[in-house]
Amino acid sequence: MFTSSIGKKYLMALTGFVLIGFVFVHMAGNLQILMGPEKINAYAHALQSLPMPILWGSRIFLLVCVVLHAWTAIVLIRENRAARPRENDVEVTKRAGLSSLKMGLTGTILLFFIVFHLLHFTVRAVYPEYDDLMTTVGAPEGMEVHNVYSMVLAGFQHTWVSVFYVISMFLLCGHLGHGFSSVFQSLGIRSESWRNKIDWAAKGYAWLIFLGFSIVPILVIGQKFDLISFFEPSLFSEPLAMR
Amino acid sequence: MNLILKVWRQDGADDEGRFETHQINGVSEDSSFLEMMDQLNEQLLEEGNEPILFDHDCREGVCGTCSLTINGFAHGPENSTTTCQLHMRKFSDGETITVEPFRARAFPVVRDLVVDRSAFDRITQAGGFITVRTGSAPDGNALPVPKDDSDKAMDAAACIGCGACVASCKNASAMLFTAAKAGHLNLLPQGQAEKDKRVLSMVSAMDKSGFGNCRNYGECSAACPKDISLDYIAKLNRDHVKAKIKKIFA
Amino acid sequence: MNLDSKIPEGPLSEKWDNHRFSSKLVNPANKRKYRIIVVGSGLAGGSAAATLGELGYNVDCFCYQDSPRRAHSIAAQGGINAAKNYQNDGDSTHRLFYDTVKGGDFRSREANVYRLAQVSTNIIDQCVAQGVPFAREYGGLLANRSFGGAQVSRTFYARGQTGQQLLLGAYSALSRQISAGQVKMHTRQEMLDIVVVDGHAKGIITRNLATGETKAWTADAVLLCTGGYGNVYYLSTNAIGCNVTATYRAYRRGAGFANPCFTQIHPTCIPVSGDHQSKLTLMSESLRNDGRVWVPKNAEDSTKNPNEIPEDARDYYLERKYPSFGNLAPRDISSRSAKEACDEGRGVGPGGRGVYLDFADSISRLGESAIRERYGNLFQMYERITGENAYQRPMRIYPAIHYTMGGLWVDYNLMTTIPGCFALGEANFSDHGANRLGASALMQGLSDGYFVIPYTIGDYLARSGTGSISPDSPEVKEVMESVRQRVDQLTSASGKRSSRSYHKELGQIMWDYAGMARNATGLEKAIGQIQDLRDDFNKNLLVPGSGDTLNAELERAGRVRDFLDFGELLCRDAFERNESCGGHFREEYQTEDGEATRDDENFAHAAVWEYKGEEKTPTRHKEELKYDNVKLAVRSYK
Repeated sequence: MFTSSIGKKYLMALTGFVLIGFVFVHMAGNLQILMGPEKINAYAHALQSLPMPILWGSRIFLLVCVVLHAWTAIVLIRENRAARPRENDVEVTKRAGLSSLKMGLTGTILLFFIVFHLLHFTVRAVYPEYDDLMTTVGAPEGMEVHNVYSMVLAGFQHTWVSVFYVISMFLLCGHLGHGFSSVFQSLGIRSESWRNKIDWAAKGYAWLIFLGFSIVPILVIGQKFDLISFFEPSLFSEPLAMR
Repeated sequence: MNLILKVWRQDGADDEGRFETHQINGVSEDSSFLEMMDQLNEQLLEEGNEPILFDHDCREGVCGTCSLTINGFAHGPENSTTTCQLHMRKFSDGETITVEPFRARAFPVVRDLVVDRSAFDRITQAGGFITVRTGSAPDGNALPVPKDDSDKAMDAAACIGCGACVASCKNASAMLFTAAKAGHLNLLPQGQAEKDKRVLSMVSAMDKSGFGNCRNYGECSAACPKDISLDYIAKLNRDHVKAKIKKIFA
Repeated sequence: MNLDSKIPEGPLSEKWDNHRFSSKLVNPANKRKYRIIVVGSGLAGGSAAATLGELGYNVDCFCYQDSPRRAHSIAAQGGINAAKNYQNDGDSTHRLFYDTVKGGDFRSREANVYRLAQVSTNIIDQCVAQGVPFAREYGGLLANRSFGGAQVSRTFYARGQTGQQLLLGAYSALSRQISAGQVKMHTRQEMLDIVVVDGHAKGIITRNLATGETKAWTADAVLLCTGGYGNVYYLSTNAIGCNVTATYRAYRRGAGFANPCFTQIHPTCIPVSGDHQSKLTLMSESLRNDGRVWVPKNAEDSTKNPNEIPEDARDYYLERKYPSFGNLAPRDISSRSAKEACDEGRGVGPGGRGVYLDFADSISRLGESAIRERYGNLFQMYERITGENAYQRPMRIYPAIHYTMGGLWVDYNLMTTIPGCFALGEANFSDHGANRLGASALMQGLSDGYFVIPYTIGDYLARSGTGSISPDSPEVKEVMESVRQRVDQLTSASGKRSSRSYHKELGQIMWDYAGMARNATGLEKAIGQIQDLRDDFNKNLLVPGSGDTLNAELERAGRVRDFLDFGELLCRDAFERNESCGGHFREEYQTEDGEATRDDENFAHAAVWEYKGEEKTPTRHKEELKYDNVKLAVRSYK
């Protein structure tokens, strides 16, 4: 099924489609941070409390999709390079957009981003002290939960982290701009009359994802430099370890 | 017009190849690109050099023999135009024009600008036909074909098999060619009986020939002298997945 | 020379049936013991190779192109005729037969033409089943259009690319046989000679154009499907590679060459733009369905912008001279009328060699989109070549050499005077007489390949038995040696002039003296000039490079050398035919108002030329043409 050139494209499209869906859900969940600590902490706690098979099942499934997506990409790129051993002396491009030409580059950076992101907020290996952030806000009666709200705000107050996040989300936007419509092309589920609509939907979706993910670090940095006031101001004054 | 031509020369498939630069003067604006090449060859002959080899035949844009990557564009910068129909009025006096062969591993260079495109024949041989014994056909009007389907099949069948899709693709993929040929037959009621088999064997023959993979750039369709749409690639993908699934459950 | 046409007994409509019944058959199990060589992969060659492979014969198919799909049949635009009578407009096998014989100015063989009309309907069925995307009506049934020389709509078409689609159909059938192992395809191989052993064709010698290797191939029969010789005129609508070598080499080995002077000039080509011109591009004759041909009435208007020439200052000369056929008058008549108008100084465009083909009326009647739908690709092609927009100003057209009705003489079985050597399609002479009607070439190529040769070759093979000889036999080696010598001789040519310059000069002589109008004085002059040119070629030709690699100059030199011989033969034939008929117009034989005058008493025959040796005058033989079913009439399209 996935051995032919077209088969590998299905694999790219199917795994890509899963990840396209995932980023939306992830973004929608994240945005709850704008509604205050109760919402986001409760949401995070709910996710963490999912039954083991579901929680780890989805985590592994998503990881497998990322790995397959990346691995297939590497195989395809190697084959493609071999198929065109010599470039033209004059290399020109007539129609292909930058985002489609740079899928490999944006994909590679995104892969690094995913690893960093997991280490940063999920495994919390970058700043192990995030583990100790506990709170009753948003927690069920008589329980303490992990203070995701504080962690995210603390995390994005490092300017370089936020810049990296925003740049990565911009690259994701580009990656999706081509990837989203490619899914339909590769799986053959589009026709002439749908082509433009799908292309527009892909662009709209890509920008939506970009905005949805970038808004949080942008707001945090904005508040850090006293340009706006949105979040709880106390979280911007004291050193993190004190809380 | 006076022009400077930077032309690829290669003695055979194993030769490294190199560029040669030639000045050519007094080119008529009304001459075609290949007529300009003829003129250059006559000049090379006079100077005691060997003429440049390039493929060409009908010179009216339908046989698909002519190739040439001109200033980086397969068949030159004009849309929907083969090299033989490209005219010199589209270039400017004094311009330097770079001429290269159609580059792809699946299209080895025979000599100079001539490449071997027999991989396309192999793809067709794998399934680009409807099995019909001569003499066994029913009346031509026995099977009505909706005009729309017939028109779409014709759009695909207009492919001249020149290989510009491969040459313009960053990955040297032959998807547009394969999709056009398969699409033409798969769209018609006559082609339904062998549809699944056709798709699977043509794609397999394509893969075996050493072409790259489709990355949905659309460069192929942009370079196609017959404007064959990417829709046929979508259709090939669709027909292929259907055939695969049917095979799994067969 | 034995010119027994082997026309079967019986009434016209039963001849083919009778013949098929009386022909010997090869048992299915025995077919695989026979090997057949097919040279050429166009409509005739491709369909023949595919069908013979399908029947179980072992077939070797050769083409000079890099793929069988590129043969020049691919460039035919307009359509293919068939007596289907789907339009209910009075068509029938007999009408198609009659139109073709009349269109050919009564110089074709009745029985062959009738058979052609009979199988024409099978061709359409076959092609539809192969997936040829013919134009259709909204109900899903096949559409037709009308074409020159006929008053019924019997032409099937696939936009302006009918030849391409039919060829791709034949190519797909051929591809199927190649993958089945029944046909071995040999691309980039040019046939340079035919091997005749004990009077029978037993093989060919080829040169591999990519490697330079000369090689002998033997078989039980050889089919030459190598197209026409229009390129003897240098500028023609043929592909650059089209050549006479295969048929001329067969002629040198004993095949009679019939009616070489019957050449067709197509009236609607894009005019020559200058000295750089390497070929002429045809605009499909179907354009004449909706375009009106005119020139200014006054010579002084010919340089004006055509849109500024008022209606009453225009001469719609075809409508004026031939009111019932008008712009759809047959090709020879339309071409000659264009020449006359230009000779009177009323021609338009560069050098005054052009007439207008005006779509303004049709555009205002049907709308630009309807015209775009019908001819969009042709208008686009016109704009690419000329830089002019034909939706806004009339096209300029001029006649050009397009097709050659003459070719190797064949009998009813398509066999040449060399037993075992067959000629199919444009390479033979049989069906179009002195002029071919539009949309009939595709019909003939496919009829020969799909429906005639599979029957007739069986008869020959069954009678002669298997007997293919070894490529190492002395007879083969001798021919091989002569080919090698010839190639070496060309390769060592170290004079000053390129083969292209000779070709151009030959073309000019041919066009001037053996083109649209010919006369005895001119033809004699042409023969002398060609002989001089040939002498010069033998002394001053320059061929660079070596013979053991791809060498386009060497290929061209060989082809031009044969054209130099052949051009003389063509002029000789034109000189001997003291009448005007079809594409052969002798200025001495015309009525007062310039119409062709045929001489049925003395020239109702096919002239067949027999080769007598280098520098020797060939002998002219005759096959008398008998007309039992049509009345020889003055061809009138008024």
